[in-house]
Amino acid sequence: MSLVADLPKPIRRAALPFARLHFDGRKLLPFLLPVTVVLVWQLAASAGWISNRLMPAPLDVLKAFWAKLITGELALNIGVSGARAVSGLIVGGSVGFLLGLANGVSKTSFTLTDTTLQMIRTVPNLALIPLVILWFGIGEEAKLFLTSLGVFFPIYLSTLHGVRNVDPQLIEMGRVYGMSRWALFRKVILPGALPSIFVGLRFSLGIMWLTLIVAETMAASAGIGHMANSAREFMMTDVVVLALVIYALLGKLADSIARFLERKTLQWHPAFQPQERA
Amino acid sequence: MASNETRRRRYNVWGKEIEPDFVARPVTPVAGRRAGAAIRIEGLSKSFGDVPVLKGLDLEVPAGQFLAIVGKSGCGKSTLLRLLAGLDQPTSGRISFTAHDDTSRKANARIVFQEPRLLPWARVADNVAVGLGEGAGGSEGRARAEQALDAVQLAEKTGEWPARLSGGQRQRVALARALVSRPDFLALDEPLGALDALTRITMQGLVEQVWQEQGFTALFVTHDVNEAVVLADRVIVLDEGRIALDVAVPQARPRQHGATDLAEIERQLLDAIFRR
Ligand SMILES: Nc1ncnc2c1ncn2[C@@H]1O[C@H](COP(=O)(O)OP(=O)(O)OP(=O)(O)O)[C@@H](O)[C@H]1O
Ligand SMILES: [Mg+2]
Repeated sequence: MSLVADLPKPIRRAALPFARLHFDGRKLLPFLLPVTVVLVWQLAASAGWISNRLMPAPLDVLKAFWAKLITGELALNIGVSGARAVSGLIVGGSVGFLLGLANGVSKTSFTLTDTTLQMIRTVPNLALIPLVILWFGIGEEAKLFLTSLGVFFPIYLSTLHGVRNVDPQLIEMGRVYGMSRWALFRKVILPGALPSIFVGLRFSLGIMWLTLIVAETMAASAGIGHMANSAREFMMTDVVVLALVIYALLGKLADSIARFLERKTLQWHPAFQPQERA
Repeated sequence: MASNETRRRRYNVWGKEIEPDFVARPVTPVAGRRAGAAIRIEGLSKSFGDVPVLKGLDLEVPAGQFLAIVGKSGCGKSTLLRLLAGLDQPTSGRISFTAHDDTSRKANARIVFQEPRLLPWARVADNVAVGLGEGAGGSEGRARAEQALDAVQLAEKTGEWPARLSGGQRQRVALARALVSRPDFLALDEPLGALDALTRITMQGLVEQVWQEQGFTALFVTHDVNEAVVLADRVIVLDEGRIALDVAVPQARPRQHGATDLAEIERQLLDAIFRR
């Protein structure tokens, strides 16, 4: 009873029948559906409705996970794929960011480069794979090139868009109040462009993993994609599915980090402010 | 009657007694320490392309005067103000400022826009510190920003995001940002135009109060003749790029909204604006 008495009034009335659910279950609710799917899947596999050759049971995937984990193979492959992803993000992201800034601020730079970039953008970057293999072979350079290129465009476009859409009244205010060009950039233009840049970042993370998966499946001697591809040759469906699950988890992790950074840096934004009046 | 300690004015608006949402504090007049700059405008003209907006304006504003500029929309009020603030260059003519203490020093001019134009990603105190220019950093800048916020009675909002302020509070932060560098000349372009009628009245009291405390020369553009008459020492009517009327408002302060002697000046101004 004291639990109920401690609740603020409006919540008490609404949540009374579900008081237990409200405190224990709310946070777990999003996981209800995936857990159910996995359970049904396991049941169907155990009952023999799904062929093990086509789709392994969740328990088999878990076993494969354990086997790869104790040999250290898994950690190695995740490390290699992670390093490729991060270096592609750093190279493509920083070039895209700098070009976006330059083209957003300088008319000359924009006229000089934007049309060319837009033309290159229309080529799907995975279509470049044959050419890239001819250029770089199947080494790390090829993967770095492809992921960087994939990451580059969303970051470039969102930075350019963000810089161009900074409120001109704020820029005029900065001028009137005697800000130097550097101060104007640091205090007005960059923070104003940041929300848009984050949208581009989160978008580019998706493309980053996609490009990397394809590149690793085509040609690699280590990495998650390589692990999946060599498992395919031996018909080890459990390892193939394990690779998919790991990609999904890595993708989710990257997105969560980006969202965390977004929340931290955009505290001022009304969309990210905690609702104080509960 | 309210005592002299708290100058809480009551206003009669549409037959209702209202009280401002903040109390104007007593003014401490700083005798003989007028900080304003005198302004001298000679033959000032401004054209955009072939279209003349200002046609040879001559005007002298003594140091510390509160001058209001009224006129029809599009008559060139903002243009004049932008020229004075150095945002645009005149086509011909000259503007000179004479700072109160030292004629060689460049006058410190500040402008308040119709919109607050606060940086949404900077907290209130940091927004005010923008007014200090490059020397904004450090604890001294912080202290001055807080002092300026105190002058507009927003001391408790120092660490707040602008998004969480009301429209009137935002405009008060903008005023603090303009005042923090102790300008000798403050240009205000319809600063209260976007506010509701009640907030306007309290903000008018505040503008008058900081002007009395700091003694800068104020140039207040408004489309509201009543506002001009309540606040200003002198009102000019701008019409077709020329000064159509230039009247003094000698009434003692604080002035009451709707006083009969003010209404007479108001009528005179409206006649000039509509050329009756
Ligand atoms: N940058 C510009 N380029 C071209 N014409 C301009 C420019 N700025 C102002 N004008 C013109 O100058 C005239 C005066 O404009 P201004 O903004 O000074 O009017 P205002 O008196 O402030 O009007 P309001 O009361 O509506 O603010 C207008 O006819 C306007 O079209
Ligand atoms: Mg105007």
